[in-house]
Amino acid sequence: MGWENPTKVSRKVIFMSEDSDISLKLNKINDNTWEVPRGYKAGMRVPGRLFLSPPLLGMLEQGTLDQVANVAALPGIQKYSMAMPDAHLGYGFPIGGVAAFDREEGVISPGGVGFDINCGVRLIRSNLREKDVRPGIKDLLEKLFHAIPSGVGSKSRLRVNDGQLDDIFIHGSRWAVENGYGVPKDVERCESQGMMEGALVKQVSTKARQRGRPQLGTLGSGNHFLEVQYVDEVYDTKAADAFGLHEGQVTFMIHCGSRGAGHQICTDHLRTLTQASQKYKIDLPDKQLACAPTDSSEAQNYFGAMVCAANYAWVNRQVIMHWAREVFQDFFRKDMDELGMDLVYDVAHNVAKLEEHRIDNKKQEVYVHRKGATRAFPPGHSDIPALYKDVGQPVLIPGSMGTASYVLHGTNDAMDISFGSACHGAGRVMSRAHAKHEFRGEQIQKELSEMGISVRATQPALIAEEAPEVYKSSSDVVDVVHNLGIARKVARLMPIGVVKG
Amino acid sequence: MPAEPKKYEYLDHTADAKFLAYGKTLEEAFGNAALAMFNVMIDTSTVSKALSQDIDLTAEDLDGLLFDWLSEFLFLMDAENLIFGDFRVHSIEQEDGQFHLNATVYGEYIDLSRHVFDTEVKAATYNDIQVQRSADGWVLRATVDT
Repeated sequence: MGWENPTKVSRKVIFMSEDSDISLKLNKINDNTWEVPRGYKAGMRVPGRLFLSPPLLGMLEQGTLDQVANVAALPGIQKYSMAMPDAHLGYGFPIGGVAAFDREEGVISPGGVGFDINCGVRLIRSNLREKDVRPGIKDLLEKLFHAIPSGVGSKSRLRVNDGQLDDIFIHGSRWAVENGYGVPKDVERCESQGMMEGALVKQVSTKARQRGRPQLGTLGSGNHFLEVQYVDEVYDTKAADAFGLHEGQVTFMIHCGSRGAGHQICTDHLRTLTQASQKYKIDLPDKQLACAPTDSSEAQNYFGAMVCAANYAWVNRQVIMHWAREVFQDFFRKDMDELGMDLVYDVAHNVAKLEEHRIDNKKQEVYVHRKGATRAFPPGHSDIPALYKDVGQPVLIPGSMGTASYVLHGTNDAMDISFGSACHGAGRVMSRAHAKHEFRGEQIQKELSEMGISVRATQPALIAEEAPEVYKSSSDVVDVVHNLGIARKVARLMPIGVVKG
Repeated sequence: MPAEPKKYEYLDHTADAKFLAYGKTLEEAFGNAALAMFNVMIDTSTVSKALSQDIDLTAEDLDGLLFDWLSEFLFLMDAENLIFGDFRVHSIEQEDGQFHLNATVYGEYIDLSRHVFDTEVKAATYNDIQVQRSADGWVLRATVDT
């Protein structure tokens, strides 16, 4: 392909760690694994583990390291408090954090999931070739932009009532398909079949419902996007075949979450759990780590509400996919079968789940919190689609705007090393405010255009906050995961056009 | 003429927006915290005062009150399509171990033909939250998820 690898265009990394001695505080386990010793900070119950190459370690902020250590202080944490190679400063847990808490002795923490519950990524393949799409990409983006509301203050053309909202909270993707938004096989190809069990609709406040009703089928803003891409390199033919991917093929990616419904559910329960932390006498290094014992009513009520938000997010991505398919059908004047726009997979990267893992050679149930991390289950695992049983779960890693995204597959090593988890993206290195000061949206848009990447946003100025330079290179991040073996590269996807939320 | 005292200032944070808000009184500092949060999203000088809304909140401590205060506006934005640019906190009082806030805020319905939005704030957080007395009044610290 004639298009330059965008990872080469980044001008410079503005922020390096201010504390250049960060590695002196860590124990090197191997080239991509660093241990944060328990002595790093008072109260740590387990060590921390950072999955970083030496260059990525050089970009790690002190604050992120402190957040990894803070999580290590929570009751019932198992093995390590982990940070993926895309880790950066969050608001409690680090972004890119993974922590597993024992089902009996541990805790559940909304901060370990975040406000955008089940923010995630969905990948759709097609029978289109890159050359079919490139000439009309601007018009196609325009149509996608108008079909799928994005940005602050946007409202959906789909309005649901409270009864429907209950069904959405309980049944997730199944509700969408039963109501005409997609086909049955879409449901099988989602993590948790697009529906987590255990929804507690009574634990969703009126406020969360009010925020959720007008926003189903909206993209949101910030780093959320729709992207028309093509497969530019296949690394693993067997897995790529299983996922239905091949070179030159056009794919479509959706990155978004549970919108205001999820934000409000987290906000509401964070309040309750802040008080519960005091009630259960849990010493918190940061109030945002509020948590409660797993079997307490406060923790279980949060978990049941979190499930509602997770299921809402799967419906959101399902509805958006449905509308995108309609746009493609109309644009290319082909029907669904001809277009072949099948869902490859849908992953959550902000969620907590009760899972069984082997710890010290014993099976143990743990609540795995993935805050900006993707589940990466191995071949043969009971919780992945039969279709992918031989190769493992598809792991979808979106690049930042204008850079490569990756498809990987889960591995047995991930089960041993990282509670079946891998990274979730590129990882931010510069604040939005700084990015807007440093870059002009129009200029970034022009540069991307020269590289063959069109961008549509509500206003060009907003493009600056997601400029490729404000992120680590997704390629560097994915290489760490691949080299560690916690997920293995299957294919690389290059953007042709982006709708930025 | 002496410079007008600083109402708020932004601190650096990789992914989110973090700020300090100042006030001679606690009430004024709370008002400035809301102003700081809204200015992450929109130039509040472009928001008219066509509508007013009374806000009454009760929380068990001042951190919780600040969290609830900021969260309330994000709810009103999504649910009622309202944005605000002027915040008059009348009183913050302690009674029976609870803190009560009473305020009137001024704003209008979102009109995308006039309002240019910047980064969206998803939520207020408890991260590194602080409500503290200073030499000349109060200083609040908050981080909002963007």
